[in-house]
Amino acid sequence: MQKRVVSLWFPRLASDRFLRARTVDAPFALTLRENNTERLYCLNMKAEELGLRRGMGFSDARALFPDLQTCPTDPRADSLFLRALTRWAARYCPWVGQEGVDGLVLNITGSAHLFGGEAALLADMRARLSRAGLTARLGLADTRGGAWALARFGEGVALPGKTLEKIARLPVASLRLTGSVCDTLQRLGIDSIADLHALPRATLTRRFGREPLLRLDQALGDQPEDVSPLPDPPRYSARLSLPDPIGLASDITAGLQRLLEQLCVRLTNAEQGARTLQLTLRRVDQASQQVELRLARPLRDPARILPLFQKGVETVDAGFGIDQLRLEATLVEDQPLRQISHTSSGPDDKLDDLITRLGSRIGLDNIIRFLPSDSHIPERSYITASAAYSAPGGAWPALHHRPLRLFPPEQIAASGRTPPRGFRWRRMALSTARATGPERIAPEWWLEDEAWRTGLRDYWMVETRQGRRLWLFHTPQNPGWYVQGEFA
Amino acid sequence: MNNSFKDHFPLRKSRAHEVTGPTALSFAAIACGHGGKGAMWIVESWQQETLNPVGLAPFCDPAKVVLVRADSPIDVLAASEEALRSGAVSTVVAELTKPLGLTAGRRLQLAAEAGKTTGVFIISDGMGSNATETRWRCSPEFDAQDSTLQRWELIKNKSGTLKVWRVRWDAEARRVIVVSEAGE
Repeated sequence: MQKRVVSLWFPRLASDRFLRARTVDAPFALTLRENNTERLYCLNMKAEELGLRRGMGFSDARALFPDLQTCPTDPRADSLFLRALTRWAARYCPWVGQEGVDGLVLNITGSAHLFGGEAALLADMRARLSRAGLTARLGLADTRGGAWALARFGEGVALPGKTLEKIARLPVASLRLTGSVCDTLQRLGIDSIADLHALPRATLTRRFGREPLLRLDQALGDQPEDVSPLPDPPRYSARLSLPDPIGLASDITAGLQRLLEQLCVRLTNAEQGARTLQLTLRRVDQASQQVELRLARPLRDPARILPLFQKGVETVDAGFGIDQLRLEATLVEDQPLRQISHTSSGPDDKLDDLITRLGSRIGLDNIIRFLPSDSHIPERSYITASAAYSAPGGAWPALHHRPLRLFPPEQIAASGRTPPRGFRWRRMALSTARATGPERIAPEWWLEDEAWRTGLRDYWMVETRQGRRLWLFHTPQNPGWYVQGEFA
Repeated sequence: MNNSFKDHFPLRKSRAHEVTGPTALSFAAIACGHGGKGAMWIVESWQQETLNPVGLAPFCDPAKVVLVRADSPIDVLAASEEALRSGAVSTVVAELTKPLGLTAGRRLQLAAEAGKTTGVFIISDGMGSNATETRWRCSPEFDAQDSTLQRWELIKNKSGTLKVWRVRWDAEARRVIVVSEAGE
């Protein structure tokens, strides 16, 4: 059967996507920040009619047309949108691939008759796309290269076996050649595909390398070129439907165990570990309940996950009974197989399980670990990180004696550059017996910090006759004395 | 019965202990350094006074300490019980702001026994529970030569008599040194 390929090109994909959500009846453009310059990235029809072009500097465009409406673009949303279009295009044929960032390619061999022929298929496609508010150019040919050329340079349909005739008049750029090759060809007077096709093949390769001939052969079908569809993202979920509703927590646990075993086999084969699991329990009255489990470490061992679910399962209200269980790993992480040996101790399983259990009660983000940080500012000499998402590490340098307890600075009544002989703090009368210091710490000028507005600080360790050992500081630029910590 | 310092400190394992006084924190920090498996330090999340890991470093390795911030006093107790029972850490420190009830104190004690974990509860004066194994009051003392001198009083002891020690912390050897002892 003759292969037939449709190439779809969305010349204004980004702005069409944006304007679908918000109608703008005026010149409009999306901008993209590139090499420190804002440039026009995608324009609507009205903006193009004004003479603006893609790649133009944003400030130039604003100078020419002050009432041009713009918005920064979001390439991630664009690629997601193209992905959605890829899924949509699968209604015409199963073999859909993406072409660059703004095109699709469909291998419709053998599926056109389902829509009443090629012309009807293209008309249907065009009607649906324009109803969705998308500008699209369509090309249909025997080959992917030919369809690409037709979609981008002069829309049209090449009848079976007539690709060369249809694309012969098109410029050489329609062969997907790189810019420099195109320029050279045009400088030599080879403007159209027909000109290129007429040249002897040997001289062409000697002069330009393999590229022009390869692209020409691909467009004419002498070199095969396939459409490769996108892989489906893997889904890790399992479902269990029950003939009779269940209500006991132990029954749910038994069902959950079966689901976990299925899921974990799949995770093991893909060398992945679940980070978040969601158990959906559908009741007979069609309501559903969800139990979420966030794990402190990626896991794929059913025996370890099951007890962690216990607490969540017990809170479920079964109502008149549950007749369907669905378990999904909503967040997975790579967990490669690892060699374990008697010398290297593996990760601390018991601690991770404890963190998971505590996390399901008080939130995984409230369980934190200290990590050292390179700063002299006492409050910033360490950082805190979620224990589930960080590993302990780093060296703790002990440059100076630091208090065990830090609190927000509390002002005391005192003056002078050296610690006061006696002072009151937290309703205690204290008298200085020995003071060690000063240790001068300057604010970090590169960080704005409200607490350090008072400028330099001279820190003193003050040992009082009453026993308490406090960390005082004096701010010479803004005279005042404060207590910020207590030593053990 | 023998009643020397080394009978009481390091703290008896599989038991819950209480500590009060101005330097209770350093007592807990030193207790964290004992036992090989690391420690869990549980506080209420509204507390402005934070544990400073740089200041903790002389007493025990901050990398081995996991800090848990619970929203309510009940959550602190629940997290403590869970951590004590699991046996995943060797020491659990909790800073309590409310007096421990009889039930709560006993549950924590049982959890410590089940998990073979040492529990250290930092309490305010006069807030302790009857179930605790020992209760200590720690206060700093001024000394002309030494800036780590403390007075550790054993004010409740289920298995022995009460006693007072004056101790100091040797940061290089990472151990508590008894300077002198005085009976009550």
